[in-house]
Amino acid sequence: MSVDAATVRRIAHLARIAVTEAEVPHLQGELNAMLAFVEQLSEVNIDGVEPMTSVTPMEMKKRHDVVNDGEIPDDIVRNAPETQNHFFLVPKVVE
Amino acid sequence: MTVSVKPGKLIKGQTGDWEVVIGMEVHAQVTSKSKLFSGASTEFGGEPNSHVSLVDAAMPGMLPVINEECVKQAVRTGLGLNAKINLRSVFDRKNYFYPDSPQGYQISQYKSPVVGEGEIVVELDGGRTATIGIERLHLEQDAGKLLHDQAPTMSYVDLNRCGVALMEIVSKPDIRDAEQAKAYVTKLRSILRYLGTCDGDMEKGSLRADVNVSVRKPGGPLGTRCEIKNMNSINFIGQAIEYEARRQIEIIEDGGTIDQETRLFDPNKGETRSMRSKEEAHDYRYFPDPDLLPLEFTQGYVDELKAKLPELPDQKKARFIESLGLSPYDAGVLVAERESAVFYETVLDGLADKARDGKLAANWVINELFGRLNKEGHGITASPVSAAQLAAIVGLIGEGTISGKIAKDLFEIVWTEGGDPRELVEARGMKQVTDLGAIEKVVDDIIAANPDKVAQAKAKPQLAGWFVGQVMKQSGGKANPQAVNDLLKTKLGI
Repeated sequence: MSVDAATVRRIAHLARIAVTEAEVPHLQGELNAMLAFVEQLSEVNIDGVEPMTSVTPMEMKKRHDVVNDGEIPDDIVRNAPETQNHFFLVPKVVE
Repeated sequence: MTVSVKPGKLIKGQTGDWEVVIGMEVHAQVTSKSKLFSGASTEFGGEPNSHVSLVDAAMPGMLPVINEECVKQAVRTGLGLNAKINLRSVFDRKNYFYPDSPQGYQISQYKSPVVGEGEIVVELDGGRTATIGIERLHLEQDAGKLLHDQAPTMSYVDLNRCGVALMEIVSKPDIRDAEQAKAYVTKLRSILRYLGTCDGDMEKGSLRADVNVSVRKPGGPLGTRCEIKNMNSINFIGQAIEYEARRQIEIIEDGGTIDQETRLFDPNKGETRSMRSKEEAHDYRYFPDPDLLPLEFTQGYVDELKAKLPELPDQKKARFIESLGLSPYDAGVLVAERESAVFYETVLDGLADKARDGKLAANWVINELFGRLNKEGHGITASPVSAAQLAAIVGLIGEGTISGKIAKDLFEIVWTEGGDPRELVEARGMKQVTDLGAIEKVVDDIIAANPDKVAQAKAKPQLAGWFVGQVMKQSGGKANPQAVNDLLKTKLGI
């Protein structure tokens, strides 16, 4: 599997990462090197093998239904570049 | 599971009849105190970003931990939809970039949902029913809320809803017209509310539907579908389907083709409109969420939840018909809303003789009480007449203490003034006169005073009705109508 220049631009757009035209060939090379490395895994036959989700047999931990978090709006918006009345402000997006 | 689809109303076009094919995705907010993967409150409203934890805000290093109550609610809902429960399911990341999702993805279930195929029976006009297949139910996170009208260049982001648990319930494309679609959402909402797994409040957005609509020649291949997003009113769903089906038929009959797209319904104009879709088709790049192990539980866990399910509308309706002799229509009206069923059952509990008066109680709840509540714009929970008071009124009729006519006056008094119906009947002398002697005297007086009418009645027995009216008038409506009838028949010799 490998990606072409158009796919690199598309991935960048989906992730909203600004990539200049000049950067595309370099990124394409890097991504393809990674894909080639991972590609080696497909040499292993995994017919009938369940995907492993944990190294040791574990069950997912569950929480009780109690409210024990939140009510910290100051902290929530503390790092935001722009806020008002505890709202985050972002450049206008309208669907 | 294959369901035999009920044919719907066909729509006439210029080239003949068209069939509408509808599938729905309903998003139902899970009733829980805290969010799906965090301990922040799910309470509606609240100051901006107050019901938000660092997990919901997707701060670096925060990890989701699942709320066991939400899992339980999803399984209970699956059981209520007669669906297959999957003992192992997987959470996936649905990737998209938008300010309502600080994670940059929604945790959802893609390939392995917690609930698989099921079906529900929905009620249509005239006592007809249709069975609608359920494709799946999965758990996922709700997104935050954006306000666009606060400032000219900025959007305001409130994450209070972000991370609240939703159940997405996907129907099979078994729905064939607007009536069936409305009946489906109505029934689904009713089941959720009986189960207590979603409050079903469509105004607050606790229940909203995406409606997929396509048209085809009856029995022909499926047409291209359009998705009408975010419908939060059952009536609008009906209107949107009617409009959208006609729009598609017109395009096809004019030689055009339907573009698969997302549309919005504008209730003011009564039309659907394309959402600007210059962006490329969504590419969510789903993959299993590495922060969450698969969701696993045992069949024993499912069985235990199943054993504790409340009685659902279909079962309750069947019981009302079977054990109390209600008509399917009346039983259907009483069970449609959970609160109505609770009210009626409380009335039943207050009756001394359920078998005798159960049906009468149903009539009174449906005709007198609901009729009056609708007129005054009250909900059943705000009824001025309590279930205990109504049970007393019905009991008084059932045991023959008051006539049905007097009962209506009594109901009016209880509605406006309140009070114990039995005491009111005593205090205001509303008791029905069953003393034959007393009634006979009234009958005799009227017969004696109206010899001409007596002669007419002998020739035309229908005229006996006039005498009944006179006797009731004389007795202030308190004479037992049956006794009056019997006496008149004998006295008039008809």
